[in-house]
Amino acid sequence: MQETEVLEGSEAVAFAVKACRPQVISAYPISPQTHIVEALARMIADGEMDSEYVRVESEFSAASVISGASAAGSRSYTASSSQGLLLMTEVLYASAGMRLPFVITGVNRAISVPISIQVDHQDTISLRDSGVIQFYVESSQEAYDTHIAAFKIAEDPGILLPVSVCMDGWILTHSYERVSFLEQEEVDRFLPPFKPKNFLDVNDPKSWGSYAEEDVLMEFKYSIHRAMQYGKERIKEIFSELATITGRDHGGLIEAYRTRDAEVILVAMGSMVGTIKEAIDKLRSQGQRVGLIKIRCYRPFPFEDILDNIKVAKVVAVMDANFSMGSEGALGMDLKAKLCGRRGAPLVLDCVAGLGGREVNEKRVLEIVERAREVEESGLPLDEPYWAGLRPEILPEGAENDRQGKIG
Amino acid sequence: MSVREYLRERFMPHLWCPGCGHGIIMNNLIRAIESLGIKKNDIVMVTGIGCSSRISGYLDFHTLHTLHGRALAFATGVKLARPELKIIVPMGDGDAIAIGGNHFIHAARRNIDITAIIMNNRVYGMTGGQFSPLSGYGTLATTAPYGNIYEAFDTVELARGAGASFVARTTTYHVRSMKEIIEKAIMHKGFSVVEILSQCPTYFGRKNKRGDAVEMLKYLKESTAPIGSERKRKNPALIERGIFVEEDRPEYCAEYEKIVEKAQKG
Repeated sequence: MQETEVLEGSEAVAFAVKACRPQVISAYPISPQTHIVEALARMIADGEMDSEYVRVESEFSAASVISGASAAGSRSYTASSSQGLLLMTEVLYASAGMRLPFVITGVNRAISVPISIQVDHQDTISLRDSGVIQFYVESSQEAYDTHIAAFKIAEDPGILLPVSVCMDGWILTHSYERVSFLEQEEVDRFLPPFKPKNFLDVNDPKSWGSYAEEDVLMEFKYSIHRAMQYGKERIKEIFSELATITGRDHGGLIEAYRTRDAEVILVAMGSMVGTIKEAIDKLRSQGQRVGLIKIRCYRPFPFEDILDNIKVAKVVAVMDANFSMGSEGALGMDLKAKLCGRRGAPLVLDCVAGLGGREVNEKRVLEIVERAREVEESGLPLDEPYWAGLRPEILPEGAENDRQGKIG
Repeated sequence: MSVREYLRERFMPHLWCPGCGHGIIMNNLIRAIESLGIKKNDIVMVTGIGCSSRISGYLDFHTLHTLHGRALAFATGVKLARPELKIIVPMGDGDAIAIGGNHFIHAARRNIDITAIIMNNRVYGMTGGQFSPLSGYGTLATTAPYGNIYEAFDTVELARGAGASFVARTTTYHVRSMKEIIEKAIMHKGFSVVEILSQCPTYFGRKNKRGDAVEMLKYLKESTAPIGSERKRKNPALIERGIFVEEDRPEYCAEYEKIVEKAQKG
């Protein structure tokens, strides 16, 4: 019988991390991640958890500490947000290169400037090329379950990469939800102690992070990519193994929601997915054939699973809570790159939604579906991504002539 | 000029909690600038992230609100581009000495003409009361429920050791000397550091049972003494305040100019 409690999302994550028995935790304060590491500090201080906790002088040091701990053969963990994740970036590329399997909670928050503490995905998306596996979650329960899976995925001998569980700041970390917990013995059975084949051992010296000449560097990089590609099947297996224990199936790399006969399919990740499901139910009750693909695993990019679910779709509308300045949203770009040249591929409508905490509500979703219908009717893609909910009245004069959101 | 002319009232109310010492520092900073008669447009204020750093929003100078710990690095760029301007960098203890510690020691080493004001309330207030490198051994914080095991930096000694040519310490209780010290620091040619012990009744005070803001101010009065005073001699545990270093040493921008001149002569 699983224990169920109503508690803050941050605390649910802290309980998941505790159950995974990390040996080293290192962190630096930044909102809205702080409650997670504070809860862990308390658990350690209260003797409920046996872990080394290092409060360092910056996120750069936090990422470095857990990388060192991981290389020494310890299961390690950190959490951060926004600027903190950006400051970790240099370290995380190195950690992925060294194939160090730790877990980071990436609590999503916008990036300066302007300074904002509200949610969007720009911070973790900026890490997409680093070699860190990325999951995005919709609820606190999914955050709890995914963290437990994350350690096992990271440490899989065929994967060996850092894993980031990305969860929306405030909306998930600071709201209270019902969360069910596994028994410690169940977690221990699922996730045995970390016993890496390679670690820093005085009796068997090895090197990490050595210089690579031009004759081998590409192979090192390709190996990370291969581990990600191999990871796709393994991640699904680990998720379903966990689902049999928890009785909760959140899906594999994606969750397909009412997509079977859908003409318009939305693609999104994070907490906005819940709102989108509600809107889809409403549209379905009016007879509209719409569906949703929730991206659970963003890196590796689950293209094959997406393709299986958009076969009859005419338009796929991607809702990106991030933007690559001068181009498009990351999710939209990924999808289009893979669709390009495929016979019968649906049109892709790129939307930017929810930057800096701009609300993504039902009305916004309905607007996007409406725009997708216009694209479907015209048979042409957009000139420029559609910035859903943009306020033209506060933009400089002339912005009304922009091609933003216009059909080509 | 009235104090109001230095404030951006559209940014009010400010975010500092009732009893916070940062308002006292802002007040004295304005008074110091006013009595020096420096034009608002000749001042650039650069801040990082934290409660203290919000000061750049409230004051009507040229202001640059930058990244956590990086204010001095941004300020160095400003100073090199416009060496004739006065650069003031208010920072919190975490901002200046933890994440920004590297920039702090190197700005001091360069002796670049910037005024660094460290608003030291011994805690990360904005994120909820985690201990900072200035909290000190044995203090309580949300991340140290059974007491902090880290020793604190002595900011004065750190700045002196790193090469700052003006180093002073005061508190939010000692408002008159605070104004005078800030004036001297701004006028000093070289890297000047003013550590101002400030009170955070919301986190440091509450966690460490230091009472309300008034009690904390009394503590700042009682736990400090002027450099070399009778009180300090009698009670060596007291924290000294006053000007520790005030030396005339080659300043970075001036030296830079000289090198450019020398190189151009061939």
